[in-house]
Amino acid sequence: MSYGKLLAPPVLSLRFVPVWRRNWLVWRKLALPSILGNLADPLIMLFGLGYGLGAVLGSMQGTTYFAFLAAGFVGSATMYAATFESLFSAFSRMHVQKTWDAILNAPLTLEDVVAGEWAWAATKALAAGICMLLVITAFGYASVPLALAAVPAVLLIGLAFAALGLTINALASGYDFFSYYLTLVLTPMMMLSGVFFPVERLPEVVRAIATVLPLYHGIAIVRPLLAGQISAAMLGHAAVLAAYAILGFYAAVVLTRRRLTR
Amino acid sequence: MSAAALAAHGLRKSYGPLEVVGGVDLTVSPGECFGLLGPNGAGKTTILKLCLGLIDAEAGDIELLGEPVPRRAREARARVGVVPQFDNLDPDFTVAENLVVFGRYFGLRARDIEARIPALLEYAGLAGRAGAKLHTLSGGMKRRLTLARALVNDPSLVFMDEPTTGLDPQARHLIWERLRSLTQEGKTLVLTTHFMEEAERLCSRLVILDRGRIVAEGSPRALIGGHIEAQVVEVHGPSVEQWMARARDLAPRVERTGETVFCYAQDVEPVLASLRGQSELVYLHRPANLEDVFLKLTGRDLRD
Repeated sequence: MSYGKLLAPPVLSLRFVPVWRRNWLVWRKLALPSILGNLADPLIMLFGLGYGLGAVLGSMQGTTYFAFLAAGFVGSATMYAATFESLFSAFSRMHVQKTWDAILNAPLTLEDVVAGEWAWAATKALAAGICMLLVITAFGYASVPLALAAVPAVLLIGLAFAALGLTINALASGYDFFSYYLTLVLTPMMMLSGVFFPVERLPEVVRAIATVLPLYHGIAIVRPLLAGQISAAMLGHAAVLAAYAILGFYAAVVLTRRRLTR
Repeated sequence: MSAAALAAHGLRKSYGPLEVVGGVDLTVSPGECFGLLGPNGAGKTTILKLCLGLIDAEAGDIELLGEPVPRRAREARARVGVVPQFDNLDPDFTVAENLVVFGRYFGLRARDIEARIPALLEYAGLAGRAGAKLHTLSGGMKRRLTLARALVNDPSLVFMDEPTTGLDPQARHLIWERLRSLTQEGKTLVLTTHFMEEAERLCSRLVILDRGRIVAEGSPRALIGGHIEAQVVEVHGPSVEQWMARARDLAPRVERTGETVFCYAQDVEPVLASLRGQSELVYLHRPANLEDVFLKLTGRDLRD
């Protein structure tokens, strides 16, 4: 395949919709364990750490530790939901079940399939983020109605991490490969992006690293919104997330082309 | 625009230093059942993928149902069905859901697909199984469902990559019968196989591929008539070696694989006469078939 063809910008159309609908139909059959897996884990962590550690720490940045942590967990739960779908689930459809091969025999292109998976993983991430927002709101830790503005931010976080996950998926030799990404990229990102403690507490050099991470920008939008504040700086954070989403999707398309159409 | 259902000229494809397809020309007429035969690694599946526009050729032109491939491969695929070599049905879906979901990839509406499902399942011998979960189906049933799925868009051409590999004789015969009914409906079939019996029964025309090149082309009858002696005697037994030395004078072509000697001749009476009374030798006399042509052209060495 020529470099021109390999690097060509993806041509997008609504043909990705049946791919999304296929995944939706599967999900409907397995919804309960999926919801539990996506929600129970962050909620247990949130309530355990939020109340437990919160009792020791008192307040953080002028709010309760629970409220501080809750905003961080909206970001990280969204990130993990997008990641698991675009890594493990997409990989089994691409490589193990050969679902993508079947779809590519129909009048869909590889771009359509990757776009469908991207939209689907972002949808699952959006659902996970919204569930977290609902729980936090129900417990009175979110400022309504401004918390509603966190929903598009959650979608952006989902699109960014779904795109990054599909990029890693295109490079994976097997499920074990994902451990590198989860352990070496996402876990440090969770520590550096202000989920558990304010980024301002970090040494200057580490803080500089934190500010290029997509999760940092996601939480920088969600946390003030839940506290009832809105600012123009949020647009800058949203732009970084959008850049991760768009460039990540492009990288995913190119690398998947390299993997599957040679 | 050419009248051929599929026309490919000068196809070439390499993976690194390995040339998988080395200059292949194919022309398939509408309504015929065309076979691509070859040992493992001959390039059969690669040629199918090239024709579908799933991978790019280094050189060559392809026209599938009048559409240039790969440029308009998507438009061509809208009118094509594919039965892949390995099962890729959706394990999470029922039989009917597999058909509906696949039909949607063609832009068909669920209502229209559902209207077609009873006929498709009837055709595939799966009537009454619409709601069955996939893991309850046997290998033969899954294969038939894959065939039904390939017909969901009512294609005018169907590619089949080794459609009966791994099936028992009953299941294989049922698939063959179904494929014949497709050609009777006027659909064009392009199938790859290494079952010579399958090719002989189904294909009106075929090519034999070896190492990415076409080594013979024609109808099964013409190939057998043109490339091989009409009769074969297969002989094995403890003293086959001594007997083989004599057999070389009795038949124009004598070959040996392991402990079995194959004698090819238009008239095998002299061979049979020399075997009579040799109680330690076991022999089988049969007419030559496509497998003999295949082995003559591609050799008897293993290809994996």
